[in-house]
Amino acid sequence: MRLSDKTCAMEDAVSRIGAGAVVMLGGFGVPGTPFALIRELVRQGPKDLTIIKNDANEKGMGVDHLLAAGMVKKLIVTHIGLNARAMAMMNAGEIEVEFCAQGMLAERVRAGGAGLMGFVTDIGLGTELATGKPRVEVGGREGVLETALRADVALIHAARADTFGNLCYAAAARNFSPLMAMAADRVIAEVEEVVAPGGIVPEEVHTPGPFVDHVVPLGALGEEYGVVRRA
Amino acid sequence: MSDVRDRMVARAAREIAPGMVVNLGIGLPTQVIDHLAADFPVCLHTENGLSGIGPTLPYEQADRNLIDAGGAYVSTIAGSAFFDSAVSFALVRSGRLDLTMLGAFEVAQTGDLANWKIPGKFSPGAGGGIELAQKARRVVVLTTHLDRKGNPKLLERCSLPLTARACVNRVFTDMAVVDVAQGRFHLREIAEGLSVADVVKATGASLVLPEGDLPRF
Repeated sequence: MRLSDKTCAMEDAVSRIGAGAVVMLGGFGVPGTPFALIRELVRQGPKDLTIIKNDANEKGMGVDHLLAAGMVKKLIVTHIGLNARAMAMMNAGEIEVEFCAQGMLAERVRAGGAGLMGFVTDIGLGTELATGKPRVEVGGREGVLETALRADVALIHAARADTFGNLCYAAAARNFSPLMAMAADRVIAEVEEVVAPGGIVPEEVHTPGPFVDHVVPLGALGEEYGVVRRA
Repeated sequence: MSDVRDRMVARAAREIAPGMVVNLGIGLPTQVIDHLAADFPVCLHTENGLSGIGPTLPYEQADRNLIDAGGAYVSTIAGSAFFDSAVSFALVRSGRLDLTMLGAFEVAQTGDLANWKIPGKFSPGAGGGIELAQKARRVVVLTTHLDRKGNPKLLERCSLPLTARACVNRVFTDMAVVDVAQGRFHLREIAEGLSVADVVKATGASLVLPEGDLPRF
């Protein structure tokens, strides 16, 4: 038996994303953000996207290109403090922003990927983050119901993959990527180094290949992937 | 950094006991690292998926994939581990964090903390702060005693949206060390050169004063 080859041209993979799609983007700041896939998405230009990501990147990077192109209807995020455009568009009512506590975003995505409808937690009780969420009592303790999140497409950056889509992430670039790679109907991974099946030791696989639909080999990495020198 | 803030951060560093698992928030708390001895046994955690944070690196030596939650380029040490964001917050919510140090806009005498939102002015989102404040075993705040306009940050109750209720155990400021217990602020230590009256005047709630001399920092 052998495992199928899922390598795919970037243009073809991204062309599956239509207007109104819900799109998960891996990454926390720069590490793990699929900058090349985002640039191709901007080039193809579907509108009214709902973007689920930890943050909105910074000026001139990643999510900022989607915002500048007017492609975003809604952001589901934990923090946008480094992107002044995102804050301004939110304040002007040009985009809707749903803030989650960071671990709640992770767990909502994880739940979606695990085939669950939601979970009960005490996080946010007594603050405005619990406002409007259904109250649930479990064993005499009060909690709120957090709903699972799924997406039409997840865009993921991996350091290494085999052609079947077994993924390995580098260092702190892992963050939300393995969770989002389980929680979307279509998973597209851009990959720095693609190897033949067997080129990654089974014990070292972070995201198993069955979760991944398309493997897009990256050429030389653009500037956005580099170390950010802040003044 | 002014001398008194440096002494405040140095004093806060003594809050970290050997063997603790600790998360240091962005800003002043991160600077606590500079006051720990290189061989001090502590496991620093960051929300984006690393336990065992090593020294911060200059840009020339930085790994593009290795930052902390504040975006600083950090390093690993012998025994570090990487994990995803769900695991990272499982560690927080299950009580494995012995201590977190956070910044604050306001702290109430009940231990309520507001540090994420100024409605109409500053709404960047709370990141991981809510779960850190709510679930770390011990929560200490590092902040200036007064805000930029000279208003007290230690109050009877917070006016800003809360990060978490009744979560703060201790506050380190540039004027004092204050404990939060039984719904009151308790003055424990005072900065060199200040009087108790100075601290009382700069605090927006009543302070329980100890008998006898206060330790200085």
